[in-house]
Amino acid sequence: MTPVHAILAKELRSYFVSPIVYAVGAVFLLIFGILSYVFVVNAGNQAVRLMQIQGAAAQLNLNDLVLRPTFSFTAVFLMLLLPILTMRTFAEERKLRTFELLMTSPVGINEIVVAKFLSVYLIFLGLLALTGVVPLILSLFSSFDWNPIFTGYLALALLGAMFLATGVLASALTENQIVAAFLSFGLLILVWLLGGLGNVLGDTPIGNTIGYLSFIEHFDRLTRGLVDTKDLVYYLSGTLLMLFLAHRVVESQRWK
Amino acid sequence: MIEVQDVTKRYGDHTAIERVTFSVGKGEVLAFLGPNGAGKTTTMRILTCFMPATEGVARIAGYDCFEQPLEVKRRIGYLPETPPLYHELTVQEYLTFVGRLKGMSAENLRSGLDRVVERLSLGEVRQRLIGNLSRGYQQRVGLAQALLHNPPVLILDEPTVGLDPKQIIEIRELIKSLAGSHTVILSTHILPEATAVCQRVVIINAGRIVAVDRPDRLSARLRRSEKISVTVKAPPAGLAERFRALSGVQSVFEPTDTGAFLLECELGRDLREEIARFVVENGWGLLELKTISMTLEDVFLRLTQHEEGMIGEGAAVSTPSEEQTRV
Repeated sequence: MTPVHAILAKELRSYFVSPIVYAVGAVFLLIFGILSYVFVVNAGNQAVRLMQIQGAAAQLNLNDLVLRPTFSFTAVFLMLLLPILTMRTFAEERKLRTFELLMTSPVGINEIVVAKFLSVYLIFLGLLALTGVVPLILSLFSSFDWNPIFTGYLALALLGAMFLATGVLASALTENQIVAAFLSFGLLILVWLLGGLGNVLGDTPIGNTIGYLSFIEHFDRLTRGLVDTKDLVYYLSGTLLMLFLAHRVVESQRWK
Repeated sequence: MIEVQDVTKRYGDHTAIERVTFSVGKGEVLAFLGPNGAGKTTTMRILTCFMPATEGVARIAGYDCFEQPLEVKRRIGYLPETPPLYHELTVQEYLTFVGRLKGMSAENLRSGLDRVVERLSLGEVRQRLIGNLSRGYQQRVGLAQALLHNPPVLILDEPTVGLDPKQIIEIRELIKSLAGSHTVILSTHILPEATAVCQRVVIINAGRIVAVDRPDRLSARLRRSEKISVTVKAPPAGLAERFRALSGVQSVFEPTDTGAFLLECELGRDLREEIARFVVENGWGLLELKTISMTLEDVFLRLTQHEEGMIGEGAAVSTPSEEQTRV
């Protein structure tokens, strides 16, 4: 068992004996459920209206009417939820002084950062998998294109990785968990708003660059079923950058 | 086994330790003694690679703490000031985690676990959550963590804090039993602990080493007068002056609330008989007469209150103030 496995197993164990996972999981699943319910009812109303106008049963595009908006709203909602999951990663170790144990064990900082990130990522992927119930149930009563669903989940998984890596970075910066959570809210909302800023600046090189940095555009493309290498590179490099910065922050704290 | 050479650590403008130099031989137990904030923890953190020194070199088993941290970390067991415990784990889970973190094989881990649980008598709390344990048990789990992978070098920051007197004795016995096979550095501000457990003492104050020696030699070296305490039932006014007039008495301190005069006499002369005769003949009523030997406490206070170099034989020592002598 390598140290990464050891830390990962210990982190998962700690998460599951604490109320955090259950609270975050319950809220996440509840909201995902409510969102999809609202959109399904909306789609139903539209179908009734179309039937009245056209007089025949209209085939609605559930991808556009239900799943895509659900994914989009979930993405925004994750900005507020995932920092709660990551806020303890480093902040708590520092507060409880267990950090000294990690740092004086024959383990590299990169291994610690990776293990911490993987633990929250696995929990997130588990929660995401549970939401698969919604498209499965919908598929019993109607037919739709599965392809955008898979890419939508891929988008959420990539987005989640970036959010969690940002949260890990924020947690490495402070020993106060509340501060860590707010810091990652702030960072994520800032990156989100960059899209709006890019639009304001228009179709200029600067505007396009700033727009590219926001995660929204990349996300939309993926939920429509378009897998573009550019978008994958965006999320993966964003995640790696955040993890790298977290590594630097942890390393630099030794020098203070 | 452990070499520290001219190690300095600065936090911004504040110098935590300055040019600290000492070495510890294989199998030796060394105590780090000093008031709070003297730099004991800083020195230990540098040795354990928790943080790098600003200047100087620290080596453990020949490996540089800055250049080869992984090699150093493999060879040390470290108990920090606050035991690094995860309160949501059981003792068994926690120690298993630590063992894996230290890279122990499953087999080593099993035997190591049984060994530390037995040595630190953790058997009955093995399956309990650490968060629910008493302070004494938590401290012992912290020690178990440091001993688990049987490292050649142990660095223990105040290992007996929070234990009851019986446990303190047990832990001291444990540390003593480690001598020979393990190299141990422990920090403490409890002086009898240093005397009881260690072969050598490093006294550190305000970031500098003020003395390095065997505990008994330290007190012998620093004693430069015989001290006698005299309690008199009905002391007449000006008794201190009359004591001072006796031959061989160097100085006299007026009674404190205990009512005892403290006489400092020339080194090597026992004046007890003469003092007794002097008091009795005058009919003042002699209640108590005793010599006061210098404890490590006095050595410690003297060294830490006067920032004076005491490294090496025959260094000069200043006159203690009245305050100190009364302690």
